[in-house]
Amino acid sequence: MKRIYVNESRCIGCRLCEWECVFANSGLDAMFKLKDLAAENFAPRIRVEGGEKAELNFAVNCRHCEKAICVQSCIAGALSKTGEGMVVIDDKKCVGCFTCVLVCPFGAIMPRADGKAAQKCMLCTDNIKGEPNCVKYCPNGAIVFEER
Amino acid sequence: MDTFIPAEYEIQRNYDLCISCRVCERQCSNEVHKYDPDLKKMIADTQKCVNCHRCVCLCPTHALKVVKNQDTYRQNVNWSVQTMNEIYRQANSGGVLLSSMGNPNDYPVYFNKILVNASQVTNPPIDPLREPMETVVYLGKKDVELKRDINGRLVDNLPPQLKLSVPIMFSAMSYGSISYNAHESLARAAEELGIYYNTGEGGLHKDFYKYSKNTIVQVASGRFGVHADYLAAAAAIEIKMGQGAKPGIGGHLPGMKISDEVSETRMIPKGIDAISPAPHHDIYSIEDLRQLIYTLKEATAYQKPVIVKVAAVHNVAAIASGIARSGADIIAVDGFRGGTGAAPTRIRDNVGIPIELALAQVDERLRQEGIRDSVSVIAAGSIHSAADVVKAIALGADACYIGTAALLALGCHLCRSCHTGKCNWGIATQRPDLVKRLNPDIGYKRLVNLITSWEHEIQEMMGGMGINSIEALKGNRLMLRGVGLNETELKILGIHHAGEAM
Repeated sequence: MKRIYVNESRCIGCRLCEWECVFANSGLDAMFKLKDLAAENFAPRIRVEGGEKAELNFAVNCRHCEKAICVQSCIAGALSKTGEGMVVIDDKKCVGCFTCVLVCPFGAIMPRADGKAAQKCMLCTDNIKGEPNCVKYCPNGAIVFEER
Repeated sequence: MDTFIPAEYEIQRNYDLCISCRVCERQCSNEVHKYDPDLKKMIADTQKCVNCHRCVCLCPTHALKVVKNQDTYRQNVNWSVQTMNEIYRQANSGGVLLSSMGNPNDYPVYFNKILVNASQVTNPPIDPLREPMETVVYLGKKDVELKRDINGRLVDNLPPQLKLSVPIMFSAMSYGSISYNAHESLARAAEELGIYYNTGEGGLHKDFYKYSKNTIVQVASGRFGVHADYLAAAAAIEIKMGQGAKPGIGGHLPGMKISDEVSETRMIPKGIDAISPAPHHDIYSIEDLRQLIYTLKEATAYQKPVIVKVAAVHNVAAIASGIARSGADIIAVDGFRGGTGAAPTRIRDNVGIPIELALAQVDERLRQEGIRDSVSVIAAGSIHSAADVVKAIALGADACYIGTAALLALGCHLCRSCHTGKCNWGIATQRPDLVKRLNPDIGYKRLVNLITSWEHEIQEMMGGMGINSIEALKGNRLMLRGVGLNETELKILGIHHAGEAM
């Protein structure tokens, strides 16, 4: 299955991917309409590790693990694996217990902005469709979407 | 920073579009942008802006633009704003003014006053997409005596040649002045294109020996990074006598650009300014130059062509004649608009002559003396486009060096602040966080694209003239006509005015 990979030697820590992710999931038709988004509602599904002026930055999102511990730990059956191997979440089933958030070794599942369910990267299959937005707009080609 | 000088540029932010994502803040090494938590919006200190356009290019909502600051002194044609500001800067610092990249001033660009011919009726144009069109050139000494062995077969006694798939090469830009990733991009592009890049005077990084068959190594007055393996690795060796951007002076790499790796590659101490002297201290005559040329040839078993690079200066034709006789295989002539990582402003803006005039005179002189075939000639110093390459070849060049154009392909926006070492595009810097911004996987493809597109354009222009090889275009000045040039300029260029027949 094609996954999103990040080359840390190319990641420049600009955090455009986080904003592109939020935009892709916002349902808005233009990015500038995110202007009034309150800071507490900024909940990207990809996060750049390493702070400002850190020596190393790299973006992290769901790794779609073979043996996904989040899927095993989900008490509501909201998390599952597709035939292809993508870990998906059904937010209608999610009860917001956030066990998955606790167990994910990558910190790649997080509470949704409204706090009522968990959210995670589904490779932009659940929003804009097509090439994942973080990959498309990474200015340095650090984020790739490929089979490995 | 000088309080007497107002900001040169102004950042205009469209607050209707700005989402305060702070990408501009993270991308600006000059620390212009800042998020203000009290105002809850982005603000900018335009005084620090060098107008490199990194923020403008990366702003995801296109909320930014950089405009010329409309602030003005009392109008004065005699004392321009720039002249006044330079005086303020010098009164503040007491130092020589430094600049980067090429001469930005309003001197004539002769390439833009030369027009190219095309075939009509009496001889047909050639369609390069349907018919063969040869862009391969060989650089090196060609006037050798034909010799036959005892069986009457030709003896191959041709001196070493450089084979170029297109008559374009990347000019000398040292590791130190530009980044590791910029060098990697140039090296990989040269390899893929079948052309050459030039190490400049900064030595060859150990990781790049694998590209050595597409590498020209430079020996300059500072001798940085020159050792036996360095010479042995190269496809050709270039002796840099001068550089178009700063004829008559040496180089100065600021200590802050001398990182561990640069220090190792150049074989000099870390963090201390690297000065290359103005002259080669062992060269004070053509005879001395000959000694260095043959020293280098001897050291490499006569397997590699030796290039001598000189700046275009007033006596360049006579100098080129001397170089041709000194045993050099190739002469590179660098015009006064050539770029640099750092040069004194006065030198960059006032010294040297245009490459078009220098090239025409060098070619003419070598022909008159019957030694044109004993050297190849490379033209350098602000080759802007495929059309400039065609015109340069018709004026007598064998090939062109491009430096600034190559950097532009990598993202350079000509902010001319290379000497500060804070290049936001990851090109003219050694700061690891900035170097990372130039991804060589992307960079080398952009360079390959640039040269490939120029190659197509060169073929189209040659085809239009009914010429099917670079060889037939070389020195073919009848294909050129001047517009708006005076008698003297036309005479120096050796071309007719537009409207004049053969």
